[in-house]
Amino acid sequence: MSTPAVVATDLAKVYRRFLHKNQFRTLKSAILTGSLLSDLAPSETFSALDGVSFEVPKGSTFGVIGANGSGKSTLLKLLAGITKPTRGSLVVDGRISALIELGAGFHPEISGRENVAINGIMLGLTRRQIEDRFDEIVAFAELEPFIDAPVKTYSSGMYARLGFAVAIHVDPDVLLIDEVLAVGDEAFTRKCLDKIGEFRRRGKTILIVTHSLGLVEKMCDEVLWLRSGRMADHGDPKRVVDAYLTHVAGGEEALMAGEKVPSPATAEGAPAAPGEGVARHGYHEGRWGSRELEITGVRLLDDRGKERHVYVPGESLTLELGFRAEGEIRDFVFGVGLFTADGVSVYGTNTHLEDFRSRRAFGEGAVCLVLDDLRLVEGTYLVDVAAHKRDGTPYDYHRGFHSFRVKSRIKDVGVYRPRHRWVFTRGADVVPPEPRAELDLHDEADGPTKQP
Amino acid sequence: MLRQIRTLLRYRLLVQSLVSRELKARYRGSVLGFLWSFVNPLLLLLTYGLVFTFMLPVDRSPETQPYFLFIFCGILPWTWFQSSIAESAGVLIAGGNLIKKVLFPAEVLPVVTVLANLVHFLLGLPILLAFLAWNGRLGAGALLLPLPLLVQLVFTLGLALFVSALTVHFRDVQNILSHVLQVWFFATPIIYFYGNKVGPFRKVLQMNPMAHVMVSYQQMLFHGGFDHWKGLTLAGVAAFLTCVVGAFFFERLRDTLAEEV
Repeated sequence: MSTPAVVATDLAKVYRRFLHKNQFRTLKSAILTGSLLSDLAPSETFSALDGVSFEVPKGSTFGVIGANGSGKSTLLKLLAGITKPTRGSLVVDGRISALIELGAGFHPEISGRENVAINGIMLGLTRRQIEDRFDEIVAFAELEPFIDAPVKTYSSGMYARLGFAVAIHVDPDVLLIDEVLAVGDEAFTRKCLDKIGEFRRRGKTILIVTHSLGLVEKMCDEVLWLRSGRMADHGDPKRVVDAYLTHVAGGEEALMAGEKVPSPATAEGAPAAPGEGVARHGYHEGRWGSRELEITGVRLLDDRGKERHVYVPGESLTLELGFRAEGEIRDFVFGVGLFTADGVSVYGTNTHLEDFRSRRAFGEGAVCLVLDDLRLVEGTYLVDVAAHKRDGTPYDYHRGFHSFRVKSRIKDVGVYRPRHRWVFTRGADVVPPEPRAELDLHDEADGPTKQP
Repeated sequence: MLRQIRTLLRYRLLVQSLVSRELKARYRGSVLGFLWSFVNPLLLLLTYGLVFTFMLPVDRSPETQPYFLFIFCGILPWTWFQSSIAESAGVLIAGGNLIKKVLFPAEVLPVVTVLANLVHFLLGLPILLAFLAWNGRLGAGALLLPLPLLVQLVFTLGLALFVSALTVHFRDVQNILSHVLQVWFFATPIIYFYGNKVGPFRKVLQMNPMAHVMVSYQQMLFHGGFDHWKGLTLAGVAAFLTCVVGAFFFERLRDTLAEEV
């Protein structure tokens, strides 16, 4: 059990990209210039993987995560032997089966039965083995009534199920899985996971490439995080997934901060009509009002007073509305509305509704709405802010300019997450989840360690 | 090339099932089904026979009479050659899914194409033999048939490997190929008699391995005797060299195939 099933040392894969002029090169010109073979040498290169080294011990489950285009699938293709590494070495011990694309190689015109036979042979089974396992394969795919129909009549789900069933019954020593569990309905996905679990129990080695971080945390013994073809992190699943999530949240933070359009100068002049701006379904961005009392800036602050746009449920979020008044204004109301990304109102309130009586506003200042406990589920939320008269006449209304995002480990649905807990009586036996904190999105540099 | 032969031997079960799948799938859904393997060459024969007998008489020398039967001896093996080459041009692109997603020796695909067409040829052969027997021409020469068949097989395989790998990098090949094959057809003694061609044209024919293969078929089947040993041997050597070059070329491009298709 101690010898590794896969050893990758300093793997690199360089794809060539033709220069523009070469793209239109034809056979004729290649022959005329006598450069038929030399043209097949790379002219411009793209490094899909660079310096990736890892070991997968026998019998372990190894996950590969990373954003799109980070080289995950390239790595899997190298492992499967479909392409060869440009540099580095890769040693795989034992028979390998790759679930890269299900049902690749099925011929649409012939029956499921014949396709199973041919697909099995392609994956390395003997005719005898296919005969022995045929019934099991068909039963697993739940396709008994259709097995003699041509596969072109199959639905895409049936197609994928048959493909998975064949591939999983090849009984490899090392199983490669590329994001294929996304196909099929809930029940079939569960069945696939059970089968993979059975593989693990039998001491087979599994490599999974997936975007499903929950799956990775649950199943993998070790995780590799790829970022732009390089190894960003490698090791304990929980630690790596956390690092990855924090990194993703950081990227989103930059994105959300960039999206913000707080500059009051954008809509200077006459009050803009409602409905101006980018159209969202049933919700339009815009800004209008007389500007006698102008909202000059909106900041979203976390519990440490730092501006942030990504939060986890349960954190505190402060909306700070900076204002500037022309002269002295006696009749004013400040209000805030929260909306989901598709424009459904989550919550709205203002100082008038909550019986604050305005006396006067003058010069510059700020109003803060402190949400002590952000009990929202994961998603993007839009913020409306407004200053208006008690009768509703707007001074300055910002619609949809500001937004923040909530990230959570728990993928519950809806909008609002009430404080809750589960209670089980006798007869319902469950394993409680391991206590896990939500992500910590505070910048490390701002941590308490810096205090003297 | 030795490596490729080993690979093919190792994957012979796969080649075998792919060939049978190819044959099954080809006429699936058509009314005549497998009969098309017989009807196709007959229709082709009818077309060429009518055109080159009545509209555009090519060769009325006594060696080619009865003309229909004469050209049948050439058209049948030529169809095998032509379909194999034409189909193998697209076979790697069509099977791109396999090459990209499954660990799969790519040379299997052109080889399967050639072998599937060989089966069609072998299915058509009994019809030709029946016609010959009916005409009283079937003799002992037909026993030598495996020789030109083998030469043609090796030649076709080499060319199919070359063409299939080349097409992945230069899609132009698919377009050029049909014209090349058309010219090649006329530059091969199928609708005319090789024996009475003289001068530079005969020199051209001598350079064409397929010409020697065709002459061999015609002599063995139609003329009932065989004395074209030298030509067939040369064609055999050329076929072998073509196969070596084709296999080398394919091997050279193998690693790029999965990325290019």
